[in-house]
Amino acid sequence: MSDSSLQTERVRAALAASSPREVARLVSLSRREFLRTAAGVALGGTLLRSNPLARAAVANKKRKIIVVTFGGGARDQETFAPEGQENIPHLMRELIPQSAFFTQVVNRGILGHYVATASLATGVYETINNFASLPPEYPTVFEYFRKDLKRPSSDAWVVAPSNGFNRIGESNHRSYGAGLGARVILPKHLLTAAMRGGATDYEHLLRDNYETPFRAPELAGSEFELQQLEMILKLSVDDFKAHARTLSSPDELSVYITRQLMRQVAPSLLWITLHDIDVAHAGAYSLYVEGIRRTDRLCAELWQAAQSEPEYAGKTTMFILPDFGRDADEDSAGNGFQHHRTGDPLSRTTWLMALGAGVREGVVYDRATDSTDLVPTLGSMLGFSPSLAQGKPITELL
Amino acid sequence: MLPHDLKPEQFRSYPPDARKLAVDYLGTLQKLPLAFLPSLLREAIEYDYKFPVERKALEQELAMLAGLSSGQLGERLQAFEHISISPQLERADWVNAPAQFVEQLSAHLWSTHQQDAFRKAALEYADRLREATPPEPLPTPRLGIAVIGQGVNASSEPLFRKLRPHGVYFKRVKPENGMQLLLNAVADRAKAHPAPYGHWYVDGGAQMDHDPALICVSYKGLETARAELLRRMQAEIDRPGMGPETLRSVMAKLHPSDLGVTKEDAVLSRFEVKVLTEGSGTQIFSTTFAQWTAREALRRAQPLTLMVRFAPRQRQKPMNELLTPVHNEVELDPAGSLLDADMGAYYNWLNQQRLPGAEQSSFLAWFEDHNEAVAIAPSLPRGTESTTSGDLRTMLSWMT
Repeated sequence: MSDSSLQTERVRAALAASSPREVARLVSLSRREFLRTAAGVALGGTLLRSNPLARAAVANKKRKIIVVTFGGGARDQETFAPEGQENIPHLMRELIPQSAFFTQVVNRGILGHYVATASLATGVYETINNFASLPPEYPTVFEYFRKDLKRPSSDAWVVAPSNGFNRIGESNHRSYGAGLGARVILPKHLLTAAMRGGATDYEHLLRDNYETPFRAPELAGSEFELQQLEMILKLSVDDFKAHARTLSSPDELSVYITRQLMRQVAPSLLWITLHDIDVAHAGAYSLYVEGIRRTDRLCAELWQAAQSEPEYAGKTTMFILPDFGRDADEDSAGNGFQHHRTGDPLSRTTWLMALGAGVREGVVYDRATDSTDLVPTLGSMLGFSPSLAQGKPITELL
Repeated sequence: MLPHDLKPEQFRSYPPDARKLAVDYLGTLQKLPLAFLPSLLREAIEYDYKFPVERKALEQELAMLAGLSSGQLGERLQAFEHISISPQLERADWVNAPAQFVEQLSAHLWSTHQQDAFRKAALEYADRLREATPPEPLPTPRLGIAVIGQGVNASSEPLFRKLRPHGVYFKRVKPENGMQLLLNAVADRAKAHPAPYGHWYVDGGAQMDHDPALICVSYKGLETARAELLRRMQAEIDRPGMGPETLRSVMAKLHPSDLGVTKEDAVLSRFEVKVLTEGSGTQIFSTTFAQWTAREALRRAQPLTLMVRFAPRQRQKPMNELLTPVHNEVELDPAGSLLDADMGAYYNWLNQQRLPGAEQSSFLAWFEDHNEAVAIAPSLPRGTESTTSGDLRTMLSWMT
């Protein structure tokens, strides 16, 4: 039996295991094996090599954090497994060798993208309606960051894929909330405002999520959006429109806006949520794989931007993590890659990659961590106290 | 209201057969926990429109539950009893709108972190139900056929990678007259082993001429219904406060007549509407339609024969094209559709293997008008390649 078949069989064995915890553990071990055997990558449970510069202390005040989440996970068989590695060449060859990789990040919350992203951002499993325009109930990482460290609103930004995320930057918690959150920019909303009046065929591009095939009603306030465009991002409407016409997807637009933000505003805490992969809900496998390949490329572009922008070079730590996974082919309650509705262990067990300032390179960690651990980890890195977060700091990153 | 408060008159809005079934088993229904009962009623309320296999399964399940003593029933459903239900859910009209209740229950389970406990309870219950109701022998082993790649000259990637380990990969198939040979073969099976809803032909494009013994569902045949559904969906989306969950509830209430589906066969009409209203993407992409229709046909009707032909879906335009106001015509994406269908064929096989008699079942996947196919059957070795040449009828004969 080939290595590839052996690993695939191991995943199948994992799926046949009875306990969800055991399944998560076996999935994590498979992931380690996939990474270890991938071409050009050699990772182990202990430190294999370490760039001393990467571990050099970066003053908290100068440190930059970029968090990239995928709203719409990708399964191992389309990514880290041997048959999927062709879809993520940038992660495999460029980013993973530079990163500390956590193979077992378990999301114990609601597997909907908005609520899961809110949970990542608060460190608490939020229970807000996934499809309603509601703020998180618990303080977000942006509020802790800004209140504790007395940072201005320009220092924390969120770039989010759809109108439904317009409240993600700020909770309604009475001790935090109003005026303490991140500024949120919705590139597709910007596009709507910029293109208003034009006879175009882009309505389905503006859909709010991929679980319905139609666009959601627009948010109000396009004047403000256009003001954001010109005053903050230093982009004329015409330039923005012209550039948008060269891009192939909403996530490319989000990365374009993110790069503009990095260049013009240089926030210390920057959170970007990508969403193209979630086209999987439409059931077309080729589009799902195309989304994975694009996301792989965009992650590398963001990392390259962090290396090339003077405000970010050498002092940025980047985190990449899906909000959760997708259903396993083997679970009869689901329909394979299409959804994430079963709550099976594969749809709950995801991964996290950290790279850059302060992070050991080329290390794989198998121990179970929790989706809610991200915010306490950021708190320890930057020096704020996420007092209401449920997770624990990931000590390996500190 | 709780299950023990149930009365016969509360089922008066149910279709006649469903009403009789519910009233016949009223005493049993009254003993079931609220976290469980609406899921059962969601099936029961559709009883008049279910396939024979489904009707029988539901009857067996109710008979099994009725045959348990109170102690046994309590033990069997204990895990559901432990699920906490909100007062708001208790007040919901779970008798007349069980599907909506189940959707609300699902949201409640996720938000109260009871989803895992519910999932575990449901899996255990299903396992024990299967043990209690062993399947009857099939009149003939099942056969699944997937035809993929219509309109594609050559594949840029190796095909059938997920299916090959389970059967023989043939590289010298004679493609001439392939579709007709396959349709003739499934028609022969339908005549040799007649069974209501036992032999299906699903086409992701326009259906070919076929024997009337086959149940046929096609994407093209539902074009009018799809257009009407899309119109209704967009109208609903434009209403204030509309979200995906509400939209799903609205769609779930649609009847065949709402979409202009007027087949005499009410069971099949209902099935077709459910494929369009419950399947995500089935309204837009023909490859999704074909895969989901196959999944639902297998899950619900458990046919002896299922032949699915995938056709090119519409092309998903990239953003730059959408922002340029030029043309609105629908373009096709044969290459992308081939990848969709390759995965769809694998899912068809997986779903077939979930049914009784899996160890005797056969499956054939063919790259339409080309020389490549994979055949999976108990009589064939696994994970091998063959250069033997033969037409599709001959290949089928090797599988039986």
